[in-house]
Amino acid sequence: MEQSEFLNQVMPIKDKLFRMAKRLLVSREEAEDATQEVLLKLWRNNAKMGNYKSVEAFAMTMTKNFCLDRLKSKQAGNLSLVHSNYGDDKTSLQTQVEAIDSVDWVKRIMEDLPEQQKMVLQLRDVEEYDFDEIGEMLDMKPTAVRVTLSRARKTVRERLMQKHSYGIA
Amino acid sequence: MESRNVQELLEKYFEGESTVSEEKALKNYFASQDVAPEFAQYAPMFQYFSVAKEERYTKTIPLKPRRQYYRWASVAAAVVMAFGLYFGNEYRVQKQLEQQEAQFAYEETKKALGLLAQNFEKGTSQFSHLNRFDEAKQKIYKQN
Repeated sequence: MEQSEFLNQVMPIKDKLFRMAKRLLVSREEAEDATQEVLLKLWRNNAKMGNYKSVEAFAMTMTKNFCLDRLKSKQAGNLSLVHSNYGDDKTSLQTQVEAIDSVDWVKRIMEDLPEQQKMVLQLRDVEEYDFDEIGEMLDMKPTAVRVTLSRARKTVRERLMQKHSYGIA
Repeated sequence: MESRNVQELLEKYFEGESTVSEEKALKNYFASQDVAPEFAQYAPMFQYFSVAKEERYTKTIPLKPRRQYYRWASVAAAVVMAFGLYFGNEYRVQKQLEQQEAQFAYEETKKALGLLAQNFEKGTSQFSHLNRFDEAKQKIYKQN
């Protein structure tokens, strides 16, 4: 496959891969590194790449595996490192202001979800894939995807209500 | 969208039974200005999902290095080797010629020196006559 052709295939999905990586790794820089790594891997064995749809699922699976490996090795190495990620590239004042913003709560709530729920919620509610696609990406049965998704949505709702009532009281 | 409709969609949504297009309708509803107060609590969720989708990967993708690098490295190596063989051979031939020349020069010098030595020898043979004086001198000494 030629480089231009490869880029044409990869361009529309690189943002999705990046958002998935960022959802899992939280830190922007780490997510960028992960995305770059996945794209380079794809390019290295691009001969195997078939049609567009499967490439997208394949790339998403690669991103998921890469990020989960990253998290695992980090947790094994040093627990405190995981939390050093939470500081984004924003100043503390901005973070404070954002924390008040209830839209940002949802982001924080999502950070605390189990990995599987995080991924399903990301792929469905942000990227709008259907259950079959998500099942292919995460190696799950579509029914399992649905159950996980429902659980994730309910947890977000519940925690959002908690924060909300706490804010009022 | 009517409140009853929204309520219904939300119920389906939390059970994971809504379709992608229904969820899009919900997102649109919560993005609008006139959200009914009883649903306002859900707004941050849907608003956040829309915001999250705006995030972009802004770094460039450095594809070239590896592949191209190997390809050109192999070409470069082949060129260097061809040069090496070609010039290496030429160098060896040149070296051989040089050696032959040196050998020839050596032989010529030897010959020339040999001639010189011969002539010197001729010269020294003439000195042998001087011995006669010596002999004569000895005779005189002995007689005294």
